[in-house]
Amino acid sequence: MKLMHCPLNGQRNISEFTYGGEYHPMPNPEESTVDTWIEYIYFDKNTAGIVLEWWCHTATSYWFLAERNTITDEILRTLPVSELKKEPVS
Amino acid sequence: MPLTLLRYGLSGKYPARRQFTETKPLKRHYDLVIIGAGGHGAAIAYYLAKYHNITNVALLDKGYLGGGNTARNTAVIRSNYLTEAGVKFYRESVQLYQNLSNELDYNVMMENRGQLTLAHSDSAIRSFRWRAEVNKHLGVRSELVDVQTIKDLVPQLRISDEARFPIMAGLWHADGATARHDAVVWGYARGACSRGVELHQLTEVTGIKTSGNKVTAVETNRGTVECGMAVQAVAGASSVVADMAGIRLPIHSFPLQAMVTQPYKPLLTPHVSSPHLHVYVHQTSRGEFVIGGGSDPYPLYNTRATLDMQESLAAATLELFPFLAQAKLMRQWAGTTDMTPDYSPIMGKSPLDNYYLDAGWGTWGFKATPISGQTMAQMIATGNTPDLIAPFSLDRFYNHRLVNEAGATAASH
Ligand SMILES: Cc1cc2nc3c(=O)[nH]c(=O)nc-3n(C[C@H](O)[C@H](O)[C@H](O)COP(=O)(O)OP(=O)(O)OC[C@H]3O[C@@H](n4cnc5c(N)ncnc54)[C@H](O)[C@@H]3O)c2cc1C
Repeated sequence: MKLMHCPLNGQRNISEFTYGGEYHPMPNPEESTVDTWIEYIYFDKNTAGIVLEWWCHTATSYWFLAERNTITDEILRTLPVSELKKEPVS
Repeated sequence: MPLTLLRYGLSGKYPARRQFTETKPLKRHYDLVIIGAGGHGAAIAYYLAKYHNITNVALLDKGYLGGGNTARNTAVIRSNYLTEAGVKFYRESVQLYQNLSNELDYNVMMENRGQLTLAHSDSAIRSFRWRAEVNKHLGVRSELVDVQTIKDLVPQLRISDEARFPIMAGLWHADGATARHDAVVWGYARGACSRGVELHQLTEVTGIKTSGNKVTAVETNRGTVECGMAVQAVAGASSVVADMAGIRLPIHSFPLQAMVTQPYKPLLTPHVSSPHLHVYVHQTSRGEFVIGGGSDPYPLYNTRATLDMQESLAAATLELFPFLAQAKLMRQWAGTTDMTPDYSPIMGKSPLDNYYLDAGWGTWGFKATPISGQTMAQMIATGNTPDLIAPFSLDRFYNHRLVNEAGATAASH
């Protein structure tokens, strides 16, 4: 059984979580073109390596972020969305 | 052929015949470099060499010939898709498969067993009726069948109101088939190599050099080779290789797992699939039951197998075939699949002038091997996009013309 640490609920079985896609800052609606939105929606980087991703603890509908290595499947850390405001992420 | 076989059988020494290129240094320049020697890369090389006389070609693979998803799939061949673009495309591929052993002079062990997809809900019956009508309209054999017909087709199936999800109807696809996956890539590669194509295994592409809007060379762990054109056919590694050429693709790499039991006496003829239970089962001609299902729940560049998947596949299999309860599993494995948002491939031109894409094959690309090889070869040789693959261009994402292939859910292949 693979475990994931939920910032709200602590250590849980990974089957309780839903993957929500790569984290990308949302384009500024005032300045972006249609193509920017299309790329934001469909064209992820699909990185082989360390990525920042959205995850949701399904039972509690709690969304948070996780840093994961997509080659080794190690979860490096998880963080609440509020952390994003403190440290800029690329 | 039979005489040659007889002589070979009586020779006592069974001499091995070389089928592929001997390992030799890479040349400085090729007209075309094909990145990835799976079924798709090998088929592109074959059709170019045989029908377009383009043979100054290097077929590169970071591992060995056909060691990627081509070696790992469950070899389901079918054309009962839902979109017009999809049905037409896969229908051509199934037809090419029918004559593939002759075409390649290599036995690909094509077996026309038929495919039965099960409905356990009213909404599934509605979608099967829709699929059957679209299929018939486009010349593909599909029909909605009732429970009695299902009993006749697959007497081994557990049909009971006591089941958690009773079987209510089925989609019977008489054109459904299977073939030996390894033989397909070996046959194509042998045909390409005998016409002058160079196969280079253990040759990993590590970079792509461009000048203006063109690819000029491909960097590998064995040195740099210049090329007139290049095409990528690397399945799970599609995003990684495209990135070397500065191209972004709408692809996510997800593991897909499968497993197989010990061999048993032959008792199941068609391929049986249940999208609702996320499982499909067929018995190979060697007697093993091959069991597959849906993709892993999150992306990963890794071919590890999980106990979670083994449990869920086994539980679903026993819902359908309780007699397998004592069957022993021999192997479980995974491949990295290149999933697209609309379950359709991304084929054809790229943003670069002389660089082509053969990607987005996800969990459905084995059946497409012949037709994608043939159409990609046509495009590379002529510079024009064949009509059959025009709907699958990368541009469709910018033009809001996604090909929503609902007949390709990961559980039904
Ligand atoms: C478990 C499983 C079951 C499946 N079942 C079915 C099925 O029943 N029916 C069906 O139609 N499809 C099925 N599929 C999907 C099918 O296997 C694939 O879509 C198809 O095999 C893709 O073929 P390919 O030649 O494009 O890729 P591959 O066979 O994966 O070949 C790509 C090659 O590229 C090489 N490569 C990668 N990166 C580099 C690099 N940087 N440099 C050089 N070479 C590189 C790899 O080593 C690999 O050999 C299944 C897949 C899996 C994993």
